[in-house]
Amino acid sequence: MSEVILSVKDLQVRFPLTRSMFTKRKYLYAVDGVSFELNRGETLAIVGESGSGKTTTALAIARLIKAYAGQVQLGDIDLLSLHGSELRDVRNRMQFIFQDPYSSLNPRLRAEHIVREPLDSQGRLSAQDKEQRVDELFKAVGLRPEQKRLFPHQFSGGQRQRIGIARALATQPDLIICDEPVSALDVAVQAQILNLLRKLQSEFSLTYLFISHDLGVVQHMCDYVAVMYKGKIVEYADRLSLFNNPQHSYTKELLAAVPTITL
Amino acid sequence: MQDTIHHIAPDNSADAILLSVRNLTVELTTRDGVVPVIDNMSFDLKTGGNISFVGESGCGKSMTALALMGLLPQPAGRIASGQILFNNEDLAQASDARLREIRGNDISMIFQEPMTSLNPVYTIGEQIAEVLRRHRNLDRAEATAKAIELLDAVHIPSPASRINDYPHQLSGGQRQRVMIAIALACEPKILIADEPTTALDVTVQAQIFDLLTELQEKTGTAIVLITHDMGAVARMSQDIIVMYAGRKAEQGTVAQVIRQPAHPYTHGLIAAVPHLLPTITEERPELLEIPGIVPPLSQFGQNRCLFASRCNYATEQCRQQRPEEISRENQHITACWHTDSLS
Ligand SMILES: Nc1ncnc2c1ncn2[C@@H]1O[C@H](COP(=O)(O)OP(=O)(O)OP(=O)(O)O)[C@@H](O)[C@H]1O
Ligand SMILES: Nc1ncnc2c1ncn2[C@@H]1O[C@H](COP(=O)(O)OP(=O)(O)O)[C@@H](O)[C@H]1O
Ligand code: SF4
Ligand SMILES: [Mg+2]
Ligand SMILES: [Mg+2]
Repeated sequence: MSEVILSVKDLQVRFPLTRSMFTKRKYLYAVDGVSFELNRGETLAIVGESGSGKTTTALAIARLIKAYAGQVQLGDIDLLSLHGSELRDVRNRMQFIFQDPYSSLNPRLRAEHIVREPLDSQGRLSAQDKEQRVDELFKAVGLRPEQKRLFPHQFSGGQRQRIGIARALATQPDLIICDEPVSALDVAVQAQILNLLRKLQSEFSLTYLFISHDLGVVQHMCDYVAVMYKGKIVEYADRLSLFNNPQHSYTKELLAAVPTITL
Repeated sequence: MQDTIHHIAPDNSADAILLSVRNLTVELTTRDGVVPVIDNMSFDLKTGGNISFVGESGCGKSMTALALMGLLPQPAGRIASGQILFNNEDLAQASDARLREIRGNDISMIFQEPMTSLNPVYTIGEQIAEVLRRHRNLDRAEATAKAIELLDAVHIPSPASRINDYPHQLSGGQRQRVMIAIALACEPKILIADEPTTALDVTVQAQIFDLLTELQEKTGTAIVLITHDMGAVARMSQDIIVMYAGRKAEQGTVAQVIRQPAHPYTHGLIAAVPHLLPTITEERPELLEIPGIVPPLSQFGQNRCLFASRCNYATEQCRQQRPEEISRENQHITACWHTDSLS
């Protein structure tokens, strides 16, 4: 049976708009009543134009920005009600992989330290176990052991993204949020990283919330797709239904806009 | 779903060659020495024609564009040999003053990041009018009227009031439209577009491509498109050059190169991308990987196939001798020793 890892109900995020002196406070409804469920081992992709609320949705789920209303359940934990140390513990069960492999890694830390950091903050493993875990992670993402001692600037873009992935996997999180994980990479390296993400998913039964503006990439990676428009999900469907039989006019417009080649 | 569009541009002046680049070599002075960042590149562009350059970043696509514009980085870059014949004038030998005249009058360029190429402290109207005053000797009122006309031509709504907007007041797609308006202000014969839509949403990207096609039909401008997106190539161009490490790997029509790639690098570039398919099944084969990355600039120019370390077909010959460009049927050119073993 499929196990629901993430359940989001009527999530709302508002940002205050700058106001003039005499008008009522106005808000930007960046996420406006978003609901979905995500099963263990599956990938839900969120697509939509720039500014539609994809990243904001992910940040609110991870409690990195404040939700205005709604419910987020990770397993059986009610995320939005947590505080302090409870929140810190549960944060380790969710990890991010970001778009920009250049700015998302601390330039002063060696690669092994970057990958180990989530384990350090979790404080569960002995130094020796952590070392072993880091070795496993390097191997899993296709980095060589001797590269552990290098600094981020000594790696290529694709290798940096591998470090980011190893770090995200360190605490064996229930949910991995990938926000445009390959947009900054060249096509050849993009293929390496996409294949790696899928390999790791089947090996470790990983669950991805996958944000991308590239519909070809989404078509290749997802099991389910949520199409966002102005803070709302306008269409939600499994992979085959969404691409073979899109229903919403906005989804159709998005698909039609992609220039294609016939092989 | 939309079917593949093979856009046919107007073939006006009977195949007249507008630009002929012959054996162009551009050298960059780096910490590791002097290297050919463009290494013996030749191609022709017809009046009103379309050509695309593709390849991974660092392969020299933008340098090719900058060389045509006479805008190579100074003092590091210089044209070491070869010719850039534009209307029978060799731009490789032209003075700075002459090149300045050519830019904006005959050849213009739009860049990848429209925000950094617009000046944030002037209104967009002022920026367009400035180009018009400089290159076409229009007075202030004429230039303003023409600027409004150009904004209208690139489909900016209410252009008469939008000319007073500053760049930050426009969306990314609108800023790129303004860049196109500026590039077209002087009715150039060649428009070079260096990744013009990479930073934009797909819907906006489609609008920009439509706009370029429409303007090309109206004005007969030739377009050089630089991109990493094969879909964009199929949408916009008739001819394509695949570049690798400063060299031409393959050249031909879009149909030839995309349907029957004759170089392992081209084949890899196409097979590595998860192309959006009109109909899908449960099946999801792994993407083909091109292992490794583009070689560092310090290796450019070496007498061997620079793709060999990433190529499944590489042999000793590849590692010891630079492959010659050979012409297959119908001017389909490839630089690979083993092109015949590719099925
Ligand atoms: N911290 C913030 N303060 C105010 N407004 C914000 C903030 N973060 C995001 N927004 C606004 O919320 C909306 C949704 O933004 P979000 O970053 O989620 O979009 P996105 O779908 O991820 O877009 P992209 O594809 O460009 O990454 C946008 O209008 C954005 O300008
Ligand atoms: N101003 C510069 N000075 C020195 N090297 C440069 C400069 N600009 C680009 N390069 C180098 O020249 C090579 C080709 O760059 P470029 O033409 O920009 O590639 P592309 O457009 O194909 O990504 C790269 O190795 C790049 O780092
Ligand atoms: S010349 Fe050799 S190494 Fe280069 S692309 Fe052809 S087969 Fe591969
Ligand atoms: Mg985002
Ligand atoms: Mg470039």
